[in-house]
Amino acid sequence: MSGHDHGEDGVSRRKVLECMTWAGTGVLWTVTGGVPRSLGIIDSAEAATAAAPGMTFLQISDSHVGFDKPANPNALGTLEEAVGKINAMPAKPSFMIHTGDITHLSKASEFDNADRIISQSKLDVHYVPGEHDFLDEEVKFYRERYGRGTKGAGWYSFDAGGVHFIGLVNVVDLKAGGLGNLGTEQLAWLEDDLRGKSKSTPIVLFAHIPLWTVYPEWGWGTEDGGRALEYVKGFGSVTVLNGHIHQVMQKVEGNVTFHTARSTAFPQPAPGTAPSPGPMKVEDTKLRSMLGVASVNFKQNEQRLAIIDTPLQG
Amino acid sequence: MKTLNRRDFSVDFGLTLAAAILLPITTARADDTNMEVHIDNFVFQPPELKIKVGTTVTWTNRDDIPHTVVSAGKFRSKTLDTDDKFTFTFTDAGDYKYFCSLHPHMTGMIKVE
Repeated sequence: MSGHDHGEDGVSRRKVLECMTWAGTGVLWTVTGGVPRSLGIIDSAEAATAAAPGMTFLQISDSHVGFDKPANPNALGTLEEAVGKINAMPAKPSFMIHTGDITHLSKASEFDNADRIISQSKLDVHYVPGEHDFLDEEVKFYRERYGRGTKGAGWYSFDAGGVHFIGLVNVVDLKAGGLGNLGTEQLAWLEDDLRGKSKSTPIVLFAHIPLWTVYPEWGWGTEDGGRALEYVKGFGSVTVLNGHIHQVMQKVEGNVTFHTARSTAFPQPAPGTAPSPGPMKVEDTKLRSMLGVASVNFKQNEQRLAIIDTPLQG
Repeated sequence: MKTLNRRDFSVDFGLTLAAAILLPITTARADDTNMEVHIDNFVFQPPELKIKVGTTVTWTNRDDIPHTVVSAGKFRSKTLDTDDKFTFTFTDAGDYKYFCSLHPHMTGMIKVE
């Protein structure tokens, strides 16, 4: 199978580049030699079985605790459902990452409620902030809770299961007319953090706003994201995990896989399909099919990565 | 009775006259010195506003998502949740570019003459 893939590498890659995927249900993606292959729509039980060996971690995003508008009057409730889904997984994940917008308005009570629910997963959680987490007057609630041991506005790295994880912050010092922003201080730190790492070390970059340009008209991209990607260019396996756009989207460029996770709070429209990127009101029966979590599995030596998006329902 | 009436009349007339003189001025002032900008669908409406020095502009967020109104070094609103307002009175002439610090692709301009 992999020989066949290598033979058609260029063609497959181009096809993938042309194809931006946003899926309505759980789709199992495997990546061999940098080329993702959809193994089709699966249910979460099958997904968990398929992903059993190796290290598995979870991504949740955009819980927007405190949001109570028509698109979802109970964002805390759907976060709790997502955590229930995680707890029901047959194989316990190693840990979880949260790619920001934990709260809607950065109120202390919202952070407290989020923590009360997320801690029920009994998993270590590695956070990066979204723009909704820095709204309190003194911009201190996020840092007090999650900023310990981080640099600058909250960036850091850690190693797990042979993979090097880097949490980046691209939601501060945003410039008028621009997109998400990493800034020179963080980029210098990133370059330094990667220095001396073996090129065979799998790298996971995670941040709130997509590091790739999804749709600049709605601000869905990071101004200097390309510079961060320059630094990881030589690495054999790079995975970029983001949130912010409240829908699943994936693309592959060379050895880099880009993926965005669903929100646990409310869906947002596909690029350009609505007057604005604001919360999308869908039929009540449809809402939970558009919210969910992602699980990511690494199988060492095979250089194979699988990302499984599991909706809350459907 | 007649005297009383006449006095009432003259008082009324005086007030009416005063109102007649003052009203157009008051109305004109209300139009010129208070302007509105709405935030709808991640857009400042109108995106550009021309005003006179001394005008107060009120921004209202009508989205389901919080926004801010920020002009570097000039003014900065708190986070505006749905239906929250921010007002700023422009005392100096000039061009004031502003944006939403949460969604920086949202930009606007106030031209003060």
